[in-house]
Amino acid sequence: MNRAAILWRVASILVAGSFVAAWQLIADLRLVSPVFLPGPDRAWAALVRGFSSGDLAGKLIGTLEHMAYGWLAASIAGIALGALIGSSKVMRAYVAPSLEFLRPLPVSAIIPVAIAMLGLTQGMALFVIAFGAIWPIMLATIHGFAAVEPRLYEVARSLQMSRAAIIGKIALPSALPDILAGMRLSLTVALILSVVCEILAGLDGLGQWVLLSARAFRSADLFAGVILLGATGYVTSIAVSLVEQRLLAWQTAAR
Amino acid sequence: MSLSRTRPLLLPLALMLAFELWARLTHLQSDSLAPPSAILVALATALADLSIPIATRDTLFAAFAGLAVGSAIGLSLGIAFGISRPLDRLMEVTVEAIRPIPSIALLPIALIALGFGYRMEIVIVAFACVWPMLIMTRSAVRSIEPRLMEVSRALRLSAPQRIAKVVIPAALPRIFVAFRLSAGIALIVAVTVEIAINPIGLGAGIMLAQQALRADLMLAYLVWIGAIGYALNVLMIAAQRRLFGRAALAGDNP
Repeated sequence: MNRAAILWRVASILVAGSFVAAWQLIADLRLVSPVFLPGPDRAWAALVRGFSSGDLAGKLIGTLEHMAYGWLAASIAGIALGALIGSSKVMRAYVAPSLEFLRPLPVSAIIPVAIAMLGLTQGMALFVIAFGAIWPIMLATIHGFAAVEPRLYEVARSLQMSRAAIIGKIALPSALPDILAGMRLSLTVALILSVVCEILAGLDGLGQWVLLSARAFRSADLFAGVILLGATGYVTSIAVSLVEQRLLAWQTAAR
Repeated sequence: MSLSRTRPLLLPLALMLAFELWARLTHLQSDSLAPPSAILVALATALADLSIPIATRDTLFAAFAGLAVGSAIGLSLGIAFGISRPLDRLMEVTVEAIRPIPSIALLPIALIALGFGYRMEIVIVAFACVWPMLIMTRSAVRSIEPRLMEVSRALRLSAPQRIAKVVIPAALPRIFVAFRLSAGIALIVAVTVEIAINPIGLGAGIMLAQQALRADLMLAYLVWIGAIGYALNVLMIAAQRRLFGRAALAGDNP
């Protein structure tokens, strides 16, 4: 990073800081009722209080667990199914159109069905999160498999590689950029669905925390929860981008 | 030719037929599943007694109002950030700090500030629609052929004229792609808010059917919501082709 970039960054942080200051001012002058809008000072105090009492940390871990389990399950199943469908022309012709048809379905509409089948349980939340997060990954995998350079397949055939070897050594590595992009997309989906499931089923997590805070009109706690959710979205997507860069380092090096 | 057209339909038809047979043979009694024939009957009944059409109107109204507000905000910010690099750099941290907040997390805030109803749903949908619009408009404006901007400067167009006559027309195909994506997001967020908490629209309808243990009606709502999502997507793609033709394809690979 050169000096100009650092200066811009500092200026940008100052601008963000002045927005927070304006928020503080609005709250102090009571332009908006403090019932709805706590100042950043009260939100921060609530955040610190929540963490020192351990409540908020527990909720954060709950949300992260829902998100992580659902997302991992979706990743494994999505890549496996996507590889199965994408590596076979017949499967692509018969199955892929149905999947394309299902894609624009708002996945949250599956929640009532999941509740009817599994009740208001952890299993329900896992199923919903995995179901929602699987689409971007599976479709990206199918697309990645379909876009593999055909000559690589010809080479594999002349080397008499088995289907498993073709998938593992050729198709998966060359579809990896698509798959990782799908996984990054589905991480956001997983976070949103975790919050919705926690709100609906009262499962331990930040979703339940913000809803209960809102019901009790504890707006400082509510904002603390929302800030934490924003931080969760930010940190997880940065983490996946870092992994992505690392795994795809060979690709930029080859160019 | 006829085979390649019917082939995509074979799998869903076969699945439905198998499910129907299985449900009939086992005399299925369930709170969560219903045979396709019963779902169709429930769908037809709910369409006829206007409960689904009214719910559809509510959901689409909230989704489109939120989409209009959100994309107007996203579009203007995107154009401003795209034209002025210093402004973009100054706002970077602020945008990066707000964007990752999942839209649904605003739900409790909107709930205590606005109560149940259209307004809170519109606010949440708008928040969700701002970001794709902002990001894609910004990159569309930034990738405008620099000579066009030089011409506009040589013609001494004022800033509003430059935006109206050069920037927006040049970036429009890619802006429409962003709008199409936002429309999909708007519907998803609207239904999600209704399922989570707001007692109006299709999302509330499907939750009510579930709580009444009407599996057939619940699945009918699910099928209908899927059909709405599919129809919206098809419509937007058709509009994109018609309005922009091949020019629209340029921005379709983000």
